[in-house]
Amino acid sequence: MINWIGLWTIFRKEIERTRTVIVQSIIAPTLTTALYFIVFGAAVGNQITTTGDVSYKQFIVPGLIMMALVTNAMIASASGIYFPRFLGIITDLLAAPMDFVEITFGYTIAAAVRATIIGVLIYLTALFFTPLPIAHPLFVLIFGFLSAWTFACLGMIMGLWAKDFERLFLIPSIVLTPLTFLGGVFYKIDMLPPLWQKITMLNPIFYMIDGLRYGFFGISSTNHCVALSAITVTLIITLTIIKHFFTIGYGLRK
Amino acid sequence: MSIINIQNVTKTFPEGTKALDNVSLSINDGEVFALLGPNGAGKTTLIGVIAGVVQKTDGTITVLGKDTVKDYRQTRGTIGLVPQEIQVDIFLSIKKTLEYQRGFFGKRKNEKLIEKTLKALSLWDKKDAPVGSLSGGMKRRVLIAKALMNEPKILFLDEPTAGVDVELRKGMWDYVKELKKNGTTIILTTHYLEEAEMMADRIGVINKGKIILVEEKKTLMKKLGDKTLEITLDTPIQKIPEKLTQYNLSLTKDGEKITYRYKPGQTGITKLLANIKECGISLKDVETRETSLEEIFLSLIDNNNETKTI
Repeated sequence: MINWIGLWTIFRKEIERTRTVIVQSIIAPTLTTALYFIVFGAAVGNQITTTGDVSYKQFIVPGLIMMALVTNAMIASASGIYFPRFLGIITDLLAAPMDFVEITFGYTIAAAVRATIIGVLIYLTALFFTPLPIAHPLFVLIFGFLSAWTFACLGMIMGLWAKDFERLFLIPSIVLTPLTFLGGVFYKIDMLPPLWQKITMLNPIFYMIDGLRYGFFGISSTNHCVALSAITVTLIITLTIIKHFFTIGYGLRK
Repeated sequence: MSIINIQNVTKTFPEGTKALDNVSLSINDGEVFALLGPNGAGKTTLIGVIAGVVQKTDGTITVLGKDTVKDYRQTRGTIGLVPQEIQVDIFLSIKKTLEYQRGFFGKRKNEKLIEKTLKALSLWDKKDAPVGSLSGGMKRRVLIAKALMNEPKILFLDEPTAGVDVELRKGMWDYVKELKKNGTTIILTTHYLEEAEMMADRIGVINKGKIILVEEKKTLMKKLGDKTLEITLDTPIQKIPEKLTQYNLSLTKDGEKITYRYKPGQTGITKLLANIKECGISLKDVETRETSLEEIFLSLIDNNNETKTI
């Protein structure tokens, strides 16, 4: 039987950790993304035209939210599981009647919630600059949360894999940031030359941004169902990898 | 009745080190079991595999009749673990640390238990202080309090008094005695052998991953413990007289003391003293003492190492 109180305790501990470092965990990433919005949306945006009724300022909001969701979810869960390993207090969890379900879900859902809070704050900040009606709110919520949760699971894999702080932040800085920037946060895919369009289609973040854009405006470059299916499959794959890590004790048990 | 049953447990680390080599051991319900061994003998690894923080390579372990792998939720729920290393979340307060610890074990908040435990360990005044601000001795007591949050039937104390001052150490052991009185089974490792001598009902000695001895403390002390008769002479002598060589005596360098070791119950002291008198040696003082557990332990380890090298 699942140790629900154990799962809830990990979740609560992680949310408490977010609260105690609120400037670093919530305010700073919100502010950084808001600055992107001001610079690209308000300053540069006037020079760029988009098709349909969506202004450039509106166009970049889903991309900025997705960028914040995946980055913060990944970092939150990676550090969430890495710090107990680093401090040695991971034994508190390993010696308790808990396993894969409680530990993984406790850490990753807390990280996804933290990222979602940042996403909502970015949305609210953007409302000061431009009206932002949401065409499919439920889709935005589900898609946004699933994306954050998937990256929280990837973060957990990193947190279990990392042997030092350098490796812990290797993937977010070397892989994730370029993928998000090249995933169409600031431009439409059809603005690119044909070769770059094809390359962009290989970037998973592109589908996630495009999917969220569908949720906001009801328009997208690709099929949003494909994006939703892809993110669900990725989530299942990441959870399977973590389950395997727990089975063999990788990064956890000696 | 056995509460922990370890059968042929082996642990080999990926780099090839065999930390546990076919260990079989049974721990009785309600006893204090002292697991002794030199550094790197396998004490912490053995505790780790029972508690679930280390994966065993082979063998089976049952706790209260349940398998520690198949029924890990039940077995871990009955165990409290005080690790050797001081591992704490330095940013959390003592109270929060204990609340979370209880939660990990699937138990609801219990303010009374926290208060009772912290008071017993003289930590109540510091309940809201971040653990990082505490002294080493206090942190170690926090580890004990943490291990008690799930109200365990079995408590592992892995070097619980390392770095704790004498007065607090005594307080800690008094509390452990209380726990034993309330029915908790205690398995301890310590480098202070006098503590094991004072606390344990049974002693197990582990060396190079193998259990080399398990014995009731009293039987062990009786079986392996010698007695020593120390005779202080009135006037120093140069060497042991011929007549006394049969006793295998040793003489200190300054010639002031003669030492005689004998097994309890096979003294021959009266005859020895008579012979000394016959040699014209006058005595100033006579004192007897028992061999300490530490001396027994060291001789066991030495013998085991010698056997290995041969």
